Amino acid sequence: MITPQIAMFLILAAVAVAGALSLILQRHPIHSALSLIVVMVALAGLYLLQGAEFVAAVQIIVYAGAIMVVFIFVIMLLNAGEEERSNVSRLARFVGVPLGVVFLVEVAYWIGRATSHLGGAPQEMVSTRDLSALLFREYVFPFELTSFLILIALLGALVLARREESD
Amino acid sequence: MNEFAAEHPLLVVVLPKVVILLFVLLTALAYLTWFERKVVAHIQARWGPYRVGPHGLLQPLADGVKFLFKEDVTPAGADKFAYFLAPFLALSLAITSIAVIPFGPSGMTIFGQPTPTGITNLNIGLLILFAITAMGVYGVALAGWSSNSKYPLLGGLRSSAQMISYELALTMSVVGVILMAGTFNLSEIVTSQQGFHWGIVPRWNVIGWPMPQILGFLLFGTAAVAETNRAPFDLAEAESELVAGFHTEYASFKFAMFFMAEYASMITVSCLATILFFGGWLSPFPQTPLFAWTHYIPTAAFALAGLALFAHGVRYLTIFGRIVLPVLGVALFALGVLFIFPGVNGFVQGPFWFLLKIAVFLFIYVWVRGTLPRFRYDQLMNFGWKVLLPLSIVNVVITSLAILLTQR
Repeated sequence: MITPQIAMFLILAAVAVAGALSLILQRHPIHSALSLIVVMVALAGLYLLQGAEFVAAVQIIVYAGAIMVVFIFVIMLLNAGEEERSNVSRLARFVGVPLGVVFLVEVAYWIGRATSHLGGAPQEMVSTRDLSALLFREYVFPFELTSFLILIALLGALVLARREESD
Repeated sequence: MNEFAAEHPLLVVVLPKVVILLFVLLTALAYLTWFERKVVAHIQARWGPYRVGPHGLLQPLADGVKFLFKEDVTPAGADKFAYFLAPFLALSLAITSIAVIPFGPSGMTIFGQPTPTGITNLNIGLLILFAITAMGVYGVALAGWSSNSKYPLLGGLRSSAQMISYELALTMSVVGVILMAGTFNLSEIVTSQQGFHWGIVPRWNVIGWPMPQILGFLLFGTAAVAETNRAPFDLAEAESELVAGFHTEYASFKFAMFFMAEYASMITVSCLATILFFGGWLSPFPQTPLFAWTHYIPTAAFALAGLALFAHGVRYLTIFGRIVLPVLGVALFALGVLFIFPGVNGFVQGPFWFLLKIAVFLFIYVWVRGTLPRFRYDQLMNFGWKVLLPLSIVNVVITSLAILLTQR
């Protein structure tokens, strides 16, 4: 029985996977970045399907909007050209590819086991008010810690990127 | 009919609304170009479009036809996919954002089906608008990059840097309004501004309680002009430096699409400014018996405009104008008369005030373009990061403090 929700899920999932594949297979950095944007937007759609409207909007604003604009900005600034396609090295062919396949199967297996008895999608949207109450009351410490961590990373990047004063 | 509507609400209610709104919007876009050219021309003591139709009224039509028949050139070495994608992305995103704008009080009924005035009413309407604006930069950036030409590339680079910088200030500047309204829903933000100080001054957010969002509005207005790539922040298409910036290599209707996208986002931003800071569709007069006459302001405005147009039209230069202008005048007058009838009168109140406020903001947009010189690039960046962003954070802090103090 295919409900509209399942149909939407299948479409969005297919778009996300196709975008991710295209991200790896494209030879031009800008095309890869565009593929990544498609993945982000498809993920936002999946969040929306789960009733997380705020998360979906923020996913688009922050990831598809701000972060990917910086990616594209840097690619344009460096004027990066198409990449040469090289043959796969022997090490990658005989060790890397099999290991990758094993890892993929393992992850798929465990995710499949863990989510086999989950219920359907929630019928109602999670309101932003509930979300913020959860974030700023129950999980306020991890939340603040995360923002502190990001701040430290930001400062670190600034210090590293700053030019030495010649005096 | 009502049963059919109940079974297929999408077909009977939503689809016609989309078609009508799209038609109105595209016409408005076309005449916005006429409006801008006229206003800028008069600012510079010129006449503006005057030849095609009376007062150049058919100029948008002529331009559209010209765009359609021009040769569509693709530059050598352009990245075909991105080159074609960019104008579509720009225009479709700019038009999509109109879908969440509420044009009047909720609770319109079509064939027995209650439906919002506007296409849809989302709980996260404001966030969706910002999400669409955030995606809008790709149209400009990709156009600049894919043209394989140096000036467009510079324009695209400038615009992506500019949009990242000003989006922060834009989003932060409306946080004060969100704090006061307590919702992301655009309809609810408008209804939260109902009521009057001392029974006469409207409690719109810009002069609201507990913290007037004057600072927020000024920041929003500035950041929004930058976000829509309009003068004095039109660094992406600075014609004195970059030929035409990001769309230098675009010809024919693809160029027109960028043009329409720019005007569509102007309309969206004006809608947003109206909704967030100036009470959306709310009338500036209290709804008391003393002010009952204000319900006939739409009638008076349309009828007077119609009469004036008629009187001017019969003495117009050309014969064509002497026919068209009086007919337009009579049509406006008839509309004004139509607005007297009780049912229609109640319905037009919201949209009338809303569209009037939007028109004021659109005029300010053009006015600013006509009077202010363009910023230099480093000034633009300094202004965005060192003035707008800190001030918008200050606004958030003060507003939340005021709300906290008044709630005790």
